[in-house]
Amino acid sequence: MITEQAGEKQKNRFSLTRLIRENSRAQGFFLISPANIYLFLLVVLPLILVTILSFLSRGTYGQVVYKFNLTNYTRLFNELYGKVMVFSLGIGLGTTLICLLVGYPLSYFLARAPVRQRSLLLFLILLPFWTNFIIRIFAWMIILRSGGILDSLLQWLHITNAPLNLLYTPTAVLIGMVYEFLPFMVLPLYTSLEKIENSLLEAAADLGAPPWKAFIRVTLPLSVPGMVAGTILTFIPAMGMFVVPDILGGAKTILIGNVIRNQFLTARDWPFGAAASMILMVMTMALTLYYTRKAGFGEELLL
Amino acid sequence: MSEKKPSLWLRIYSFMVYGFIYAPILILIIFSFNTQKLNVRWEGFTLEWYKVLFNDAQIFLATRNTLLIAFISTLVATIIGTMAALAMHRYRFPLYNTSETVMYIPIVIPEVVMGISLLVFFVMINFTLGLTTITLSHIAFNIPFVALVVRARLHGYDRAIDEAAMDLGANELVTFWRVTLPTIMPGVLSGAMLALTLSLDDYVITYFTAGPGSTTLPLRVFSMVKTAVTPEINALSTIWVLIIFVLLVFGQIAQRKKA
Repeated sequence: MITEQAGEKQKNRFSLTRLIRENSRAQGFFLISPANIYLFLLVVLPLILVTILSFLSRGTYGQVVYKFNLTNYTRLFNELYGKVMVFSLGIGLGTTLICLLVGYPLSYFLARAPVRQRSLLLFLILLPFWTNFIIRIFAWMIILRSGGILDSLLQWLHITNAPLNLLYTPTAVLIGMVYEFLPFMVLPLYTSLEKIENSLLEAAADLGAPPWKAFIRVTLPLSVPGMVAGTILTFIPAMGMFVVPDILGGAKTILIGNVIRNQFLTARDWPFGAAASMILMVMTMALTLYYTRKAGFGEELLL
Repeated sequence: MSEKKPSLWLRIYSFMVYGFIYAPILILIIFSFNTQKLNVRWEGFTLEWYKVLFNDAQIFLATRNTLLIAFISTLVATIIGTMAALAMHRYRFPLYNTSETVMYIPIVIPEVVMGISLLVFFVMINFTLGLTTITLSHIAFNIPFVALVVRARLHGYDRAIDEAAMDLGANELVTFWRVTLPTIMPGVLSGAMLALTLSLDDYVITYFTAGPGSTTLPLRVFSMVKTAVTPEINALSTIWVLIIFVLLVFGQIAQRKKA
């Protein structure tokens, strides 16, 4: 009798779990639906609209004329916009490369620091970046300004004797961008460097490799995932940036991000701006895909 | 990695990079107390710019807008993002891969493209630009980041404790409220923190989705930087930096005490 009851209970529980299991697809779908619907409406749909818009044209008063054509794209492939695109690509790649060169030794330092100090040292790197983005760029504006703090410092040290006039140049843009994106490079690099087992380096030393060789043959290859992730995290936002050139670059430094912004808010040629956005997206995606294929995908991108 | 201590050169180099990271912030703070208007040379100590700042009605309004947008968008994005993270971690459902791809779009496309696409969308459906459109847009870019952080934290989650609760008679809902949610709370909170920071900091998306009367602090600071650079911006930055620093340092201390 008792065993019979227990058996019945067992059966009941089994059917309950089966019910949940049977419904689990429905449960998952219910949980994901708000995100799916929200992101479809405010991310996917707007991107589809921009894609369509890029094939339409602008009327005399800035309104959109619903007539399919390719002129927006052909207009982009002239000398002026070609130069802007090459320049944007240069700034984007330059920012990424400098961040990698500056960030690698720093990440290496962090990974080598005593375990107890590591999280504090990392925290100290991230701390300033919780302040406002515009504020940080503004700080560079007052540093780089002609006759400003950097000039005064360099003249006081007798390194230069005239203002460098750095503000409103591509160099200023590059400095601002590197400052802004350095943490994006350091974080994934540190994550992958920190994971490297010390025993591997000891083994290399035991086998007679001098430290520099151990670094090139062991540490460097093992930090590739971090480099890939850091490069992507730096390159994508750097390519679309228009705020830094706006504040530090002056009128001469125009990136593709500035072109897009201007078309939407001042020139009011939306279809043309949409076409420029498509080009920017395709360019970033293509380079990122090519790069990840070549170097292997960085798992650290997810962290 | 560890054991071998970083060499002297590496330590000097790192110290210099830390200098590069902190110099701009320190300079901003120092010059907020400067009597000279141009932010070029130190002339004398004053609190004048703080007085100007506290009497600036536009800054007050912008602060209110910024906080309002940040709180609402964080709350909504945290709920939707946590639900999505749970779904992706525990369930297999129709369109799983599509949902995952869509989640990554806001993270991988350049911000300016997301900004203009939202502008196009709101204008096409005749939605008046303002605080509502900014908040809706912030929720959109925050959902994926919350989901990402919560999902990372769910990685080591042992479902056996859920099963134990259900064996003891709790239904799905009770199990979620009393067992699952408290366990993943640290992840949910760090997701919410990230969302809050991203929202407070956002310039690009806000810029494209803002309308008259919905200026936020980053937008206000930008227009101040572009028109007339006065130490009032330094004063504002100093207060902003101080608030963030105090919050973060307290957060760190609280976390360490717990651990």
